[in-house]
Order: sequence, then structure tokens, then C-alpha cells
Amino acid sequence: MDPISIDVGGLVRKTVTSLYSHLVTRPTGRAVRMAIETQLSGTVARSLSLIDLSEVTILDFSCADEVVAKLLQRYVDDTAHEAFFVFCGVREPHRDQIQVVLERQSLIAVAETGPGTFELLGTPTLVEADSWSSLERRGLLEPDGLTEFLPDDEARAALDRLVDRRVAFRSPGSGRYHALSRLVQHLL
Amino acid sequence: MNVLAVPVSLDHQTVDGLLDGVASVDTERTLFDARHLRWVDPSGMVALLAAGSVARDRQGTLPRLELPESPDVLGYLSRMGFFRGACGVFEFEDRVPRRASGSSDVLLEITPIEGNADVHSVVDRVQSGAGAVLASKLRYPSTAIVQFSVILSEVCQNIVEHAESSGWVAAQAYNWTRRLGRYVVVISVMDLGRGFRGSLADGHSARYGDRWGDTTALEAAFLHGLTRFPDSGRGQGIQQIRRQVQRWNGAITIRSGTARIGQVPEWDDSPPLVDTLAPFPGAQISIILPARVDE
Repeated sequence: MDPISIDVGGLVRKTVTSLYSHLVTRPTGRAVRMAIETQLSGTVARSLSLIDLSEVTILDFSCADEVVAKLLQRYVDDTAHEAFFVFCGVREPHRDQIQVVLERQSLIAVAETGPGTFELLGTPTLVEADSWSSLERRGLLEPDGLTEFLPDDEARAALDRLVDRRVAFRSPGSGRYHALSRLVQHLL
Repeated sequence: MNVLAVPVSLDHQTVDGLLDGVASVDTERTLFDARHLRWVDPSGMVALLAAGSVARDRQGTLPRLELPESPDVLGYLSRMGFFRGACGVFEFEDRVPRRASGSSDVLLEITPIEGNADVHSVVDRVQSGAGAVLASKLRYPSTAIVQFSVILSEVCQNIVEHAESSGWVAAQAYNWTRRLGRYVVVISVMDLGRGFRGSLADGHSARYGDRWGDTTALEAAFLHGLTRFPDSGRGQGIQQIRRQVQRWNGAITIRSGTARIGQVPEWDDSPPLVDTLAPFPGAQISIILPARVDE
């Protein structure tokens, strides 16, 4: 699965005539989200997209709802197109807006919040957060070595829920669990 | 002719008197007597434009504005862009001072909000000067300009998304030496649209029955985040504005129709709810952000 890099700042500049890359107002957010969806519509049944917010200086709640929450909602239950997303360039000024819109919709998302630092934002359960952290630390978990790192059933079930919620990837062939951060590392 | 006396001090605490006054004028032409105006903040300036617009629309002719006698007040109104906004709203003498070219100490001049492009423009314009004001006068961290811009964006979007009318926004920093002993930023956003009751009526009035009115509509939006949109991702704007204002120990009040609701900190003695105002169209929002105090 080859990740696609999407520069949101560039999309804003194409969508809205502005000197700065400001993601404000719901119509702007909607236009950017639809531009992302259009880019993804030409891809195969499974995709991993790196949504780059590093050039976005101002992100309001309306745009965060469109570009993050609604984008995730569009694909989270889509079985025809298994879409995964990593949001990069999520710095302190954006983080609150993204966290709020994810919480409102009970969504979770992987975000690069600092150079080489990834976090799971939104509303994971405690067990899901722990299982995600275990996977994130190792980058890869083999199916027959799971019990060593995730000893109890609840933790392993949580890992599968993370796959269902599209914040971890399980290879259909090998059954290996992959941290999304490792899959996009070469693009950062 | 109706004569409305503009108070000597026209700010967020005294605008209700002006708006109540114009709410009850009849179809005779109105004279706004601002000769004795000595102090006006963004809330006062924008309220004056709103009041003049209501009088104009009701009476079918431009109301007259007697200009302030104080040259300092005239100059300040000019720097804030009041007279540019007043064209088409008031008839007034042509003795308005020219706005000086070059840099200004104004945080955000009175800006009409008619569409989303205006919201983008407001956010763009505050980037250059607001950060310095927030840091030097309010002692906010350097990242505060982002949250400040988000507040402006969300509060101006309410005009476009809910009012179905146009409005205005303005902001300025003041040294409230006597009132609070520190600097504050005053933000004012006003429109003459549907108001909260009109905006929420279709989706929410039935659950309130006979209790539905301006007060319950304001409470529904301000306290409970209800919105006219069925989309569960909507209705966050006011809640997040309140949250950020509270983080900065600020005050926010919203007037709509006959009621005004507010989130007021300990340094502000405004009542959190007033429901005996004269009916005035649209919504009028006032936000005050004080300088940080070292603990």
C-alpha cells in the first residue's frame, strides 16, 4: 500500500485566493475535503493518505470538522474503499480544534504532533490507547507474537478494533499489524 | 422627528439603552444626537451602525447623525472606519477628519461581513498587528494569535451561516486603568438578521412549547450548543468561543431580540441574563479579553 501525500496548504491556495494558508470557514473546509476525496476517488480499493497540515497557519473548528472529522466519517465504515489517514504537521495551535471535532463524533485519528512524534487523538478507550501505543513503539507486531506484547484478550481485541477504526493496518496476507506512522515515515 | 440621545459613554455596558431606544421608534425620521459623545468602543460604534440601519429600514430614509463635538472622538471614529461604514446608514455633515495613511494602532477596523470571503479577509488582516498587541499589551503567549483568529472566524461565520443578513465586526485594545487596572481587547460582532429565536425556531421551538422565545433560544444555543443544522458536527462555534474566552478569563455576552445572555468572570458585574430588553433584530455579540495577570 503506497501512501499518498496531500498538502492541505496547497489545496487551500488552489481553492481559496488568499495570501496565507488559512483554513477558516466551513465552505472552505468543505471544498478542501471534497478536493481530497476527489484525489482519493481515483485510487485503488485500499489507500493510505498523509494529510499535511504543516503549511496551515490558522485552522478553525468549522474547517477542522470538515477536513478531519467528516473526511474520516466518509471512509470509516466504507468497505469498498479501505482508506487510512495520518495527519501530519499537527502543532499546538491546531491540536485543540482537531481534538474537539474528533471527540464530538467519537472518532480517532493518528497525528504527527512533533518531529517524529505520533499520537492517537480523539476518543480511544484506555485499552485501545494502550494497544495503539504498544504497536506504535514497535512499529510492527507479528500475529503469532502478539501475546508477548499484548498479554490479555482485551488488549488484543482492542488492537483489532484499532484496525476496524482505521488507525492501524493489518496485512491481509501475512496478518502482521503495522503502525501507520511507519508506513508514512519515508514521506516525512 | 424622533430624537435619540447617544450616551456620553457608548460601550458594551451602555449599548442596550441605545438599541432599546431605536427599537421603539415609529416611522418618523430619526435624529441620533451624538454631540456629547466622549467615549466609544467597538461595541458602541457597531451598535450605532446597527441602530442607524434599523431606523433607516423602518423609516425609509437615512436617519441624521449629529456628529460628536470632540475632535478626539471624531478622529478615533475615523481611524476605526466608522464613517466609511456609516455611508448609506446615516446622513451627516461633511466635517469628518481624513484617515491618516500609514500604520494605525487599530486592531481591526469596522469591517462589514456579508460572505465567507469577508471572514477570510478579517483573519488575514489581524495576522499582521494582532499578535504584537496580544503579546505586548495582554501578555498572551505567541500562539494566542491563532486562538484569537479562530474566535474571530467562528463568531463572524455565525453572521453568514445563521443570520441570513449582513453585519459588522470590529476590535480594539484599551487600557482599562480605572475599571480593571490593565489592558483589554474588546471585540464586537453584530448583525440584523433572524436572531437566535428565528434561526432555531424550525428545529427546536416545538420542544419548548409556550416557553419558546428569545431567552430560551439564547439559552439553547449559548448553554446547550443547539443549532438549526441537523449535522451533529455543527453548533460548536459558540461553545468553543466560550471555552477559549473562559481560558483567558474574558467575558462574552450575546443580545438577541429581547434578551441578553452572558458568561461573565469575577471582574465583571454584568448580570448573566437580562430578558426585559426592547425587541431588536439580529444578534449582537461582545467579547472582552483582559490582559493576563501574574499569579
